[in-house]
This record gives sequence, structure tokens and C-alpha cells, in this order.
Amino acid sequence: MNYHWNWRIFWEPAPNGTGTYLDMLLSGLVLTIETAIFAWIIALVFGSVVGVLRTLPSKTASWTGFAYVEFFRNMPLLVQLFLWFFVLPELLPYAWGLWLKQIPNAPFYTAAIGIGLFMSARVAEQLRAGIGSLPRGQKLAATALGLTTAQSYAYVLLPMAFRIIMPPLTSEFLNTIKNTSVAITIGLIELTGEARSMQEFSFQVFEAFTAATVLYLLINIVVVIAMRLLERAIAIPGYISGK
Amino acid sequence: MKHLPIIGLALAAALAASSANAEELTGTLKNIKETGAITLGFRDSSIPFSYLDDNQKPVGFAMDICYKIVDAVKKELKLDKLEVKLNPVTSATRIPLMANGTVDLECGSTTNNAERQKQVWFTNTHFLTASRFVSKKSSKLDKIDDLKGKSVVSTSGTTNIKQLTEANAARNLGINIIPAKDHAEAFLMVETDRAVAFVMDDILLASLVAGSKEPAAYAISSDAFSKPEPYGIMLRKDDTAFKKVVDAATAALYKSGEGETLYKKWFMSKIPPKGLNLNTPIGPELKHEFANPSDSPDPDSYKTM
Repeated sequence: MNYHWNWRIFWEPAPNGTGTYLDMLLSGLVLTIETAIFAWIIALVFGSVVGVLRTLPSKTASWTGFAYVEFFRNMPLLVQLFLWFFVLPELLPYAWGLWLKQIPNAPFYTAAIGIGLFMSARVAEQLRAGIGSLPRGQKLAATALGLTTAQSYAYVLLPMAFRIIMPPLTSEFLNTIKNTSVAITIGLIELTGEARSMQEFSFQVFEAFTAATVLYLLINIVVVIAMRLLERAIAIPGYISGK
Repeated sequence: MKHLPIIGLALAAALAASSANAEELTGTLKNIKETGAITLGFRDSSIPFSYLDDNQKPVGFAMDICYKIVDAVKKELKLDKLEVKLNPVTSATRIPLMANGTVDLECGSTTNNAERQKQVWFTNTHFLTASRFVSKKSSKLDKIDDLKGKSVVSTSGTTNIKQLTEANAARNLGINIIPAKDHAEAFLMVETDRAVAFVMDDILLASLVAGSKEPAAYAISSDAFSKPEPYGIMLRKDDTAFKKVVDAATAALYKSGEGETLYKKWFMSKIPPKGLNLNTPIGPELKHEFANPSDSPDPDSYKTM
């Protein structure tokens, strides 16, 4: 191997004039975290709504949920982001398309929404599985108590279903964080993007990507620990995730 | 114990022999001699330096130069046959593949600068390019100051985006700089009006425009963001013997006028696969460099006297 290692590269000034190479990577990390959080909120909100739709007795509701899930989970994320960013504005009337293109920070919003919707299909499926895993008697008992469908979801089904699916939801949150790296395809220079820039400027490829790997690992460890604590805090004795 | 001096002598002789050998051949040259093969790294879409033609075969200006280098290496090593292996590289893989010995020469459009020389070496410059911007003719932009307050794209990790950032700060232009993943994506942003202009090496802009759906709709600015910067063929650092052979080969090529013939072939006439003609006459700086080949990373050293 004829490679010139230089671990001090991180403290050398980056040529784009915004500080050192480490600052460059950290600014990418901040963007990664922001995109991931924004996307995760969208994924949770839309995923919950669609997940509930899929379990409702109404045929229309469950069919709508089905179509939504299949639309978003059967297309590669990369293709979806590309479609949202480059194709959608061309399909709209010219003035709307132009407005959409000229929003500042367009790559950030497109990425957060695109990744959020993609992940929401996965959250919806898990929530459906969680609701489906509850004994049928739960729903019947709620109805017998005189609760409306909305009330039985809010007070009986969802609180239990969400607790059951906490472990897979942790995985989905981690996936959301990692999926933000796909956003470089629409010009969002997050952590992976900054690592790529760093290797182009300095030619220190291995140092740049090692640092990116370590940073991804660190945020994911933080998320895993936080979710584990949350799981423990809301556990109910006797249930699947309780003692 | 009485054998010791003899063993010592034998060892010394062996060491001397091996170091004598090492003096003759080291690094890449030794490797080429042993395997009977040299590996060229090529880019798949650096038109017209190194790209795939309609038969998926890498061709281009830098490829032709590399084949000349291969001939020189073959002669230097007195080989009857030298197999040429071709290996695709991208901007992200070129360094690892060069470091681990997969490719011996990178034939493309890699800018030679002082920062990069800490990791690799370059042979004599084969092209000089300045950073300019392309925009739609309809938007009537030509000077850097025309970009005031507009959205401008450039490829992330390039010297061009750095120059754009600097010009933006120095001239107080308030440009919204959008980084793109690669040249194709950046050009797409101008095509779809996400950005009004794309700042890049002028020769790459010329090839993107020539290859676009409507070449007549785009114009390249007359203002440049930088002095002409050198492109070089990349080789492993600290391999003095190999660099000597490669430098001698490229210097001979450029000085003999064959370099200019190759230049005309790729920049002044129709090139595969679509029969584009980039129509870019050779500049005085490059002409001067061909007469006095240099591997300097410093743009100032390429001024015509």
C-alpha cells in the first residue's frame, strides 16, 4: 500500500474557507441530524395515520392505506428523491414549478420530506403489525364499553401497539439517519457529502470516510441508548416489553 | 562458530545483489516487469479526456497519452509484450486504487495542485483550464458580477466551488451557492432552471454543452474565476524511477509536436460516440507548456513569457 496517512488532516484548514476539515465534517453532521429528525417526525405522523387506516373496518380506508404503502415502499429511495427534486417541478404548471425550484434550501426540504414519506410506509406497516398482534378481544371489549372507533384506537389499541413495536421503530429511526446519506444525489451536502468533498480536496480518502463512519456510529449509539431508555420508561408490567 | 564469517559474507553478498537489483528496478517498474502488465485507470465520462465510446471502450486525449507512456515503459524495460489492463475509476476510488497498486496511471482530467501532491505525483501537464460559468443564453449572463443575488451551482469538492465561494465573499455578490454531487447533476440544475449558472472548468463545460439536447441555448462566460489550472496524469508518490520514465515519455511526446496533433484530434475535430466537435483551439499557455513540459502544480508557472 502506497498511501500517505495523515490523521492531522482534520485540524488543517479546509480550502472552502469555513474552518478546518473537522469543522466541515461537523457541519455535515449537523445537517444529517437535522434532516433525520425532520424526516423522522414526518415518518411517524404519516406512518401512524396510514398504519391506522390499514386496520380500519372501512374498505376504502384500508385500500387507501394499502396503495400509499405500496407506492412508497416499492420504489428505491434514490429514485424517489430524484423524482421529487427534478421531475415533480416539471410536471407542475410553469409558475409553480419555478417557485418550487427557487425555494432556498430546496435540497434540504426535498430530502427531509422524501425520506420521511419513504420511511412512513415502513412505519405504517409496523404499526399495522403491532395492532394486528393485539388479541381480538381488546377491540371487542372497547366497543362493548361504548367507546367509538376513534376512542378505542386512542385509549386501547394504539397505546399498546406502539409499545409493542418500539424495538423495530428504533431500527427504523436508525435507518432514517443512514438514509439521509442518499440525499447527496440532490445536492444536500450532509455528512457523507462533506466526507466526499474532503477527499476531493485533500485526497485523504481513508481518513475522511473513517471519520464519517465513526460519526454515524456515534449518533446511532446515542439513538439506540435513548430509545432503550424510552422503552423502559413507558413499559407496562405484564406486556410484551414490560417485565 | 567458524562458519560465521562465511555466512556473513554470503549475507552481505545477497544484500548487495538485492540492493543492486533494487537500484535497477523498484516500485511500479519492477511490478510491471514481473507481471508483464500495466494497468491504466480511466474515467467513464470525462469527455474528451477519458470516457467510454459506443463500444464501451475507453478512449480520449488522456488515454492516447497513456498509451504513448505504455510504449515508452515497454521500451525502457525491453519487453517484447506488455499487456495493458484497463480499470474504471471514479473521483472517489482513484486514490485508494492507486494506493493499493490496482492502477499504475490515472488517465483522466485530474487537477494537479499542491494539496494533492501530498498524496500522489503527477507527470507533465497535458491540459490547462480556467474556471468559468455556463448559463442559458436567454438569461444574458457573461460577467461574474452578473451573477449577483442569483442561485449558482458548482460540483462539491472541486476547486471551482472554492473559487466561487471566494469570489462571492470578495466581491460581496450575495450568490446562493448550491453544491451538486457531480457535473451531470450540476448541469441538470441549469437545464431545469434550479440554478442560473454552473461554475466549472471551461473545457468540461464545453463538453457538457456540446453533449446537451440544445447546444445552441447555452453560453460560456468570458470572465474566468481563476488562472488556468493544470491537469496531469496521476502516478504513485515517491516512485522516482517510474516518474522519470513517464516524464521523459510525455516530454518527448509534447515537444515533438505529436502532442498538438493529439490535441487537434480530440478538441478540434469530431469525436466519438456522437460526432461532437468541441472546437476549442489550443491556448497560448498550453502551447508554451508543450514546448517546455512542466509538472508544476502552480498556475502562475504556466504564464507565457
